[in-house]
Amino acid sequence: MARYIRHACAFCALLLAALLANAARVQVVQSRLYDDNPANRRATIARYGQPRGDILVGDEPVTGSVDTGEQLRFERSYRNGPLYAPVTGFASQAYGTTFLEHAGDGVLSGTDPVLSPLPLWNDMTHRLSPAGNVVTTLNRAAQQAAYRGLAGRKGAVAAIEPATGRILALVSSPSYDPGELSGNGEAVTSAWARLNHDPEKPMLNRAVRQTYPPGSTFKVVTAAAALDAGVVTDLDARTDSPDPYRLPGTTTRLTNEADDCRDASLRSAFEWSCNTVFAKLGVDVGVRDMSATARAFGFNDTRLRIPYSVAPSTFDPRVDRAQLALSSIGQFNTRATPLQMAMVAAAVADRGQLRSPYLVERTTRHNGETIAGSGAHPVRQVMNPSTATRLKELMTDVVREGTGKRAAIPGALVGGKTGTAQHGVGNSGAPYAWFVSWAQADNSLEPQVAVAVVVEDASANRGEISGGGNAAPIARDVMRAVLGP
Amino acid sequence: MTKAGTTVAAAQTPAPAVRRLPRRRGVELALIVLAVLLSVYGYCAVGLARTGTVPPGAVGYGAGLGVLALLAHMAVRIRAPYADPLFLPIAVLLNGLGLVLIYRLDRETPNDQAAPAQLVWSTLGVGLFIAVVLVLRDHRLLQRYAYVCVAAALGLLALPILFPAVNGARIWIRLAGFSIQPGEFAKVLLAVFFAAYLAANRNALAYAGRRLWWLQFPTGRVLGPIVTIWLLSVGVLVLERDLGTSLLFFGLFVVLLYVATGRTGWIAVGLLLAMLGAVAVGRLEPHVNQRIEDWLHPFATIEAGQGPNQLSQSLFAFAAGGVLGTGLGLGHSILIGFAAKSDFILATAGEELGLAGLAAIFLLYALLVERGYRAGLALREPFGRLLAVGLASILALQVFVIGGGVTGLIPLTGMAMPFLAQGGSSVVTNWAIVALLIRVSDSARHQYDGQEAP
Repeated sequence: MARYIRHACAFCALLLAALLANAARVQVVQSRLYDDNPANRRATIARYGQPRGDILVGDEPVTGSVDTGEQLRFERSYRNGPLYAPVTGFASQAYGTTFLEHAGDGVLSGTDPVLSPLPLWNDMTHRLSPAGNVVTTLNRAAQQAAYRGLAGRKGAVAAIEPATGRILALVSSPSYDPGELSGNGEAVTSAWARLNHDPEKPMLNRAVRQTYPPGSTFKVVTAAAALDAGVVTDLDARTDSPDPYRLPGTTTRLTNEADDCRDASLRSAFEWSCNTVFAKLGVDVGVRDMSATARAFGFNDTRLRIPYSVAPSTFDPRVDRAQLALSSIGQFNTRATPLQMAMVAAAVADRGQLRSPYLVERTTRHNGETIAGSGAHPVRQVMNPSTATRLKELMTDVVREGTGKRAAIPGALVGGKTGTAQHGVGNSGAPYAWFVSWAQADNSLEPQVAVAVVVEDASANRGEISGGGNAAPIARDVMRAVLGP
Repeated sequence: MTKAGTTVAAAQTPAPAVRRLPRRRGVELALIVLAVLLSVYGYCAVGLARTGTVPPGAVGYGAGLGVLALLAHMAVRIRAPYADPLFLPIAVLLNGLGLVLIYRLDRETPNDQAAPAQLVWSTLGVGLFIAVVLVLRDHRLLQRYAYVCVAAALGLLALPILFPAVNGARIWIRLAGFSIQPGEFAKVLLAVFFAAYLAANRNALAYAGRRLWWLQFPTGRVLGPIVTIWLLSVGVLVLERDLGTSLLFFGLFVVLLYVATGRTGWIAVGLLLAMLGAVAVGRLEPHVNQRIEDWLHPFATIEAGQGPNQLSQSLFAFAAGGVLGTGLGLGHSILIGFAAKSDFILATAGEELGLAGLAAIFLLYALLVERGYRAGLALREPFGRLLAVGLASILALQVFVIGGGVTGLIPLTGMAMPFLAQGGSSVVTNWAIVALLIRVSDSARHQYDGQEAP
């Protein structure tokens, strides 16, 4: 019998060996396969197991973390959520991340290997590094001024520092509180449904993700193309422009809101926003030079990241002459984001040089130590410096005595351009009010801020909507906030 | 670390001429102290990981476990001084570790605290252990009550049919807030019966009867009763949908038959029957069919968009542990859901103690089984041998069936990991098994002292 007992014992040893071999298979050989299964919640639990890093404006965080004590322990919280929503986006356990929360997620959640003191260390210990922070380029006062100025009306504001490309303000209105989406409970689900079905589209980032017909503000681009191409050499010389202007090859007549546009000089046409003069100028410059200039300003660029993507602004290069005439006054297929128009103003203000706009000043470890700075951003010469100087003169005139008087700031040189863009079938929609501008304090060597404002106010009386009336005061407040007291 | 008193006492007894075996009770005591310390350490580790402080109950837990272990040790010292010194420390360590794991999982389920009840059951188990060691002076006494045992076993197995099913299986009875699984007790009783019957009839089984092909078949008179009993118990279990236990009974029966008769043919017949049974049950019974499907395709529910099932959650837990584990209290095996503290307790061990800890636990069981077999080998009479082999095989098979089930080696069958898993009947039964093994091993080693067991 002893022999058979030994056999049975050997059989048990075999079972043990099978158990151990299989355990090694699951825990070592194939563990990565199981760890990476999307249904495995462990990575998610680890991700929310520590407080998320903060997004800072100046020295102050505009975000925070709340310990819920649940399985996904830390939830995102926002201070002044609606104000900064177009910048921060949301960080939701249920719906993922957007905007800076998305672009900076590796640092903010602690998963970025750059946070780890030793490479591979986190892989071995199954731990995350303490989360890092993202410091923005925003100017708190400018952001608040823009948000206050829009006062809940549909619209957006973008402000840039021309010399660097730092984005000083990025506001979209109406806004929402991203904190409502932080968790994963029933309240979050219903907030998500409500925000997505809201006809006001509060989650739409109008400053960078929505394009509008730029209307007359696009005349800055047309003027730059005309001056660069030598179609206009003297700002005060009479141009050969009829009023009304019959679009080439059609019977459509283009008219003006202002008087005295027939054969008006570039200076007065710019000051009073003569459609006929600029439509003809665009046709005279030609589609090749017009689209080259537009592209230099950033139109048709699909790769712009600030660091999240920006909707491409468009200038259609495949147009006939009539369409080119309309395109040149910011209609037809010409569309621009508010950020794009702020870039146009910034290029004029900074001697024709354009710097890629950016939102992240630097990323830091949890102790404030810098991981990465914003670094040098590429500079592009959009137009001749002399062209920029003359455009600055034209824009200054608009604010001093033209349609943009309400943007004037005492103690500062301000240049601007108004716009009122028609849209909708047969121009039936309420027009968009635009204003693009830049400002330079008298004691400063160069312009410190360029702004674009758009207000799409459907409820306002149609006659009252104008760039000068609605948008210019908002731009003025933003510029004043940047220039300081 | 032999205690001075014992040595002196041993020296005073006049030594017989034959070779004397060391009793090694001091070794046992030292190992018990180590086992209790390890358990307390684990308890503290859970607290430190969860709250950063040593849990307030640490002293009480250590003292309780220590007192129980010491009482059991005293009983062994008095009544089974020659017993193998490894059984008790391993049982204490496994039970202590089980309490730690359940306490740890209780942290995740504030409304469902299982550790206190488990502690009460462990106390009862140790009480039964002491009672068996003290009262049962000779294991051969059990041989006389073989038919009482089998009647009781069948009765216990049949009892849950009268009670409502829980989670698809009709194996519990609920009394005064406690749920008892009578099948657990039945397996010890059945092991006693099989051992007694086979010990009495092994010659008839091995040599008498007709020869068919290459197989030697015993007469129906000898084979009949035992096959009937076995079929009855397995049949009842199939009715109750307790697959794990029916598999266990089947394995136990085949192993004992083989050890008693030495006929390899029995194993062939057994395997054939098992395959037929498995195919039939797998086809007819949707519950079993589902288990087999889950085993073959653990991620099918994920691919179907229904989220991970228990088995895939268990595999995730094991994989998350890796070689060294996340540390006690730092894993997420609670994601497995409702059976995390019972059938799937091993997943918590795998995740938080890693492959290293899991291998250690398997080796502890292996040591327990090996010592059981060794006691069987050392005995001279067949009943004791078969009893030891049967009890050790119960442990081995059970560890394999549930351990293999939760790691995806074989289809999952609901079963309790001996000593580790939540479940009162299970803990009490396992303490009884260890008590019987101690009794058997005491006899086995005592006989070498030139004295027959009393």
